[in-house]
Amino acid sequence: MRQGERRYWLDRKENVDKVYWGVWVLCGLLLLVEPLVHKHAEFAFEDWFGFHGIYGLVACVALVLAAKALRVVLKRPEDYYDRP
Amino acid sequence: MTGLELNPAWTLLLGAALVPLLRGRWRSAWVVALPLVGMAQLWLLPAGEFGRLAFLSSEVLIMRVDRWSSLFALVFLIAALISSIYSLHARDSLQPAAGLAYAGSAIGAVFAGDLLTLFLFWELTAVTSVFLVWARGSARAYRAGMRYVLVQLLSGMLLLFGALQQLAATGSLRFEHIGLDGPGGPLIFLAFGIKCAFPLLHNWLQDSYPEATEVGTVFLSAFTTKLAVYALARGFAGTGELIWIGAVMTAFPIFYAVIENDLRRVLAYSLNNQLGFMVVGIGIGTELALNGTAAHAFTHIIYKALLFMSMGAVLYRVGTINGSELGGLYKSMPWTTAFCIVGAASISGFPLFSGFVSKSMIVSAAGGEALLLTYLVLLFASAGVFHHSGIKIPYFAFFAHDSGKRCEEAPANMLVAMAIAAALCIGLGVYPAPLYALLPYPVDYVAYTGSHVLTQLQLLAFSALAFAVLMRTGIYPPERRLVNLDTDWIYRRLVPGALGVLAAGWARAAGFLTQVMTAGGRRARAAFDRAAGADGLFARPWTTRTMALCIAVFLLAFLLLSYR
Repeated sequence: MRQGERRYWLDRKENVDKVYWGVWVLCGLLLLVEPLVHKHAEFAFEDWFGFHGIYGLVACVALVLAAKALRVVLKRPEDYYDRP
Repeated sequence: MTGLELNPAWTLLLGAALVPLLRGRWRSAWVVALPLVGMAQLWLLPAGEFGRLAFLSSEVLIMRVDRWSSLFALVFLIAALISSIYSLHARDSLQPAAGLAYAGSAIGAVFAGDLLTLFLFWELTAVTSVFLVWARGSARAYRAGMRYVLVQLLSGMLLLFGALQQLAATGSLRFEHIGLDGPGGPLIFLAFGIKCAFPLLHNWLQDSYPEATEVGTVFLSAFTTKLAVYALARGFAGTGELIWIGAVMTAFPIFYAVIENDLRRVLAYSLNNQLGFMVVGIGIGTELALNGTAAHAFTHIIYKALLFMSMGAVLYRVGTINGSELGGLYKSMPWTTAFCIVGAASISGFPLFSGFVSKSMIVSAAGGEALLLTYLVLLFASAGVFHHSGIKIPYFAFFAHDSGKRCEEAPANMLVAMAIAAALCIGLGVYPAPLYALLPYPVDYVAYTGSHVLTQLQLLAFSALAFAVLMRTGIYPPERRLVNLDTDWIYRRLVPGALGVLAAGWARAAGFLTQVMTAGGRRARAAFDRAAGADGLFARPWTTRTMALCIAVFLLAFLLLSYR
C-alpha cells in the first residue's frame, strides 16, 4: 500500500482474517448440508461422510509438501540455461 | 458448389496473408472479420465429404465434415476470434497474421479426411505458430522457438512415416480408427503423443509457450494440443494405454505448477494437466467419455485462453509475470482480476462455470467403468488444478502481499476479448444444453445433480482450506526466482554437455595420435635420410662381389618360397 492511496477492504488485516475464517465456515457448512443431499456415488467409499472434503484436503496438503520436497532437487538459479 | 470452398481454413490462411498489407483500422476490422466469416462458412457447411482427389495409387480427402470435425472447427474459430481481438493493440502485423494462419492450419487439419492432408496441415501449424514465439524478439525466445519447431516437425515426420506404412499395408490413406496394432499405428500414436504433450514428451509446451508474446501464448494455447486431442480421439479411441498416460498427465504437472514462479508457465503445466483429462476420456472410449473429451476440449480452449489473456495483460502492463514480483494488482487492474477469477473458477470446475459441465462427464465415465485408481487420480488432479490454477494464479498476481506495483488497467481490446471468453465460460456453465447438443454422440447426462454439486464443492472448498492454512502457517513454498529442471534439461544440458565431453575427449585423442604419428614419421624420415642420403647405404657404390651375393640370397629365398 502506498502513501495517500485509497485504502482497500483487503488492506486491513482483520478483513483478511475474515476471509480466512470464512473458508473454514464454508467447509463446515458443506459438511452440515451433506445429510440433506442424496449422494449417488460411483464407489461405495464415496458414501462415507465428508469423503470428498477430506480427500481434497489431504490431496492438497500432500501435493504441496511433495512439491516443496521436489523443489529442493529440481531448483536451479534463474539464469541456469543462459549460462554458457 | 462442392462444399470445398466453404472450408474456413482457406479464409483464415488466405486472409492472414493479406494482414501485413493493411494498416490501422482496416487491419483491425480485417482480423476480426476473418474468424466471423469462417463461422458463417461453418454454419453453411453441410455434413459430408468434399474434395476427393486421386493421389498416386490412392486418394486424398480434403474435407470430412461430421460432428467431431465441426465441433473442433467451431471452437477453433471462437478461439481465433477472441485471440484476434486480444491482438488488436499490437502494432506489428506479424502476430495476427501468424496467429490467423495458425488457426486456419489447425482448422484445415481437423477437416482432413486422409493422413496426407492431415500431415500437410499438421506441419503448417508448426511453421506458422513458431512466429508467435519469435515475435517476442529476444535471443531467449529465438532459441525456445527453434526447440519448439524442431519438436513439432519431428512429430510431423513420424506422422508421415506412419501414413506411408498404412498406405503400403492397406493401399489407403484415409484417416479412420487406427489403433496401436494397426499398420503405422505406433508411429502415428507417437506423432500425436508428442503434439498432445504426453508425459516425458511434454516439455516443448512448458518450454516454449511462456516465451511467446502476450498475444502469442493465447493463440498457442488453443490449437496445437487440442488438434492432437482431436486426432487421438479419431484414431485411437478406446486404446486402454491412453487411460494410464492420461492419468499420469493429470497428476504430475501439478507438482511442477506448485513450485513454478513464471505464472504463464504455471498455466502451461495446468494446460498439460487438463489435456490429461481429455486423454483419459479417449482411452476409456465409451460414448460418455468421448463426449466428455469433446466437451472438455471445447470449454478448456475458452477458459485457458481467458487465463492466458489475463496473465498476458499483466505481462503487458507490468513487464513481468513472475509470481515473486507481483501481488496487489487487483487495485490497478480490477477488471482483469475479475476475468481471471472467472477463468480460474472454470478450470477448477466450480458449479455454474464451464469446466464443471465437461470435466464431470470424464470423471463420471471413469467411475462408471469402475476404474478405481484412475478415478482417484482424477479427483486428486481436480483438487490440484484448483490449488495451482484456481487459487495460485489469481492469488499471486492480484492479491498476496502488495508488491507496490501500480499500472493501468489492460487495454480496451484485451478487456473485450476477456469479457467474451468470460461470458462463454459462465454461459456454458449455467446452460450447457447448446454445447451438449453439438457433441459427437447423443447426450444422456445431467451435470447438475445435488450429489455432483455437493461433492465437487466439498472437494474445492477443502482444497481452498488447505491452501489457506498452508499459506497462513508459512508452510506453502514461497514464490522464488528459480527455474525447475524438467525433461528439457535432457536436450538443453545433458546432451550438449555429453557432446561437449565427447568432443573434448576426441580432441585430446586426436592430439595424442598426431603427436605419436609426427614423432614416428620424423624417425622414419631420419632413417630414410640415413639410408638414401649422400653418404647413405644406398648411395654408396657396391662391389660386384656384394651384388652377386645379394642376388644369390634372393634366388635362394625365391627357391625356398616356391618349394612345397
